[in-house]
Amino acid sequence: MKRNGIGALAGHIARAIWPLALLLPILAFASGRVPKPVIDIDKPGKCVEDTATMRREHPDMLRHQRDLTVHEGIRTRQHSLKECVSCHASTKTGSVLGEKGFCQSCHDYASVKLDCFSCHASKPKGAAGAKP
Amino acid sequence: MNADANDRLSRRGFLAISAATLGGVMLAPGIRLIEIAAARAPEQAVSRRVRWGLLIDTNICTPGCDDCVKACATENGIKDTGRPRTDPQWIRKLELNDRRSGRTHSVPVMCQHCEHPPCVDVCPTGASFKRADGIVLVDKHICIGCRYCMMACPYKARSIVFEDVTDQNPDVPRGKGTAEGCTLCVHRVDRDRQPACVEACAKAGHNAMIFGDLNDPQSEIAQRVAKYASTQIRADLRLNPGVRYQGL
Ligand code: SF4
Ligand code: SF4
Repeated sequence: MKRNGIGALAGHIARAIWPLALLLPILAFASGRVPKPVIDIDKPGKCVEDTATMRREHPDMLRHQRDLTVHEGIRTRQHSLKECVSCHASTKTGSVLGEKGFCQSCHDYASVKLDCFSCHASKPKGAAGAKP
Repeated sequence: MNADANDRLSRRGFLAISAATLGGVMLAPGIRLIEIAAARAPEQAVSRRVRWGLLIDTNICTPGCDDCVKACATENGIKDTGRPRTDPQWIRKLELNDRRSGRTHSVPVMCQHCEHPPCVDVCPTGASFKRADGIVLVDKHICIGCRYCMMACPYKARSIVFEDVTDQNPDVPRGKGTAEGCTLCVHRVDRDRQPACVEACAKAGHNAMIFGDLNDPQSEIAQRVAKYASTQIRADLRLNPGVRYQGL
């Protein structure tokens, strides 16, 4: 009996606060308490896919494209890293790296290692200046 | 012989179809197959029907000239760090001397793009591979830098990158810890251009190197190979390199 009473009470409390628990991160995010990555986006607008798809799937797209390019000589531009770089390089640094760089800012934020650019150019062809 | 002729016929047929589907290019009489092969669309995979090769005329190649080596370095972003023992080397000039006759040759040597490449046989990861059109490459995404390929290559054509690389050519990704070698400027070939060394040699007026499709009987390289004596270095190994030399 007693046990049941406590259980029921706990259930009531849980039911009362769960919407709050759901809302909290949203409130916190909206109020700016959670730091977000600061990204210099020079060319806002539509990428080759919509933003949500790009955020989630760009690694898979790049991996797929890299195999096609390296092994089969297919050099279409749509999902090529070279095209990402030429479109997203910052006009200030000329690069997708750097603190506010398109690639690095987000990867730093998410703590995801970004090793593409130990081999690939982080700047479009002909861009001047040293690699940041 | 018959099989050869059949193969050639079906190849013409295939190319005619692919050319037609690629935008209505007419297969007119006298049109060179290389021009049709050149019409490979960016989304079309490389074909087994093509075998890229180089023919180097050592009678023309001048001792002391390193135009091809310089062009290669510029194109592929290979910088002189002042440490030649560890710098990657994609192409080098060798001076050969016949002591008896006193005749000297000067030959550029790069990856010979073997038909049966030992570098591919030994690679434990599958990073070293031969493309359908005969170009032998390293997939640096997969390479673990073990250097077996360097040991296996009889031409010393592979290098390992010892130091961080910066300011790469966007078309030629290169980085520390991976094996590499001459790619026949695959990024140019895929866009219908000549390798940088061949272009530089021609630009300087030497014309000691020609590049082309060894499988295409109409191409200059195939016709020269059919007409004049040419050799492969260490032909006794029977790796059938795609790079051939005249006058050795
Ligand atoms: S020359 Fe060496 S690196 Fe090039 S394909 Fe032959 S074995 Fe491989
Ligand atoms: S160094 Fe790389 S390409 Fe060469 S054998 Fe090892 S894994 Fe293969």
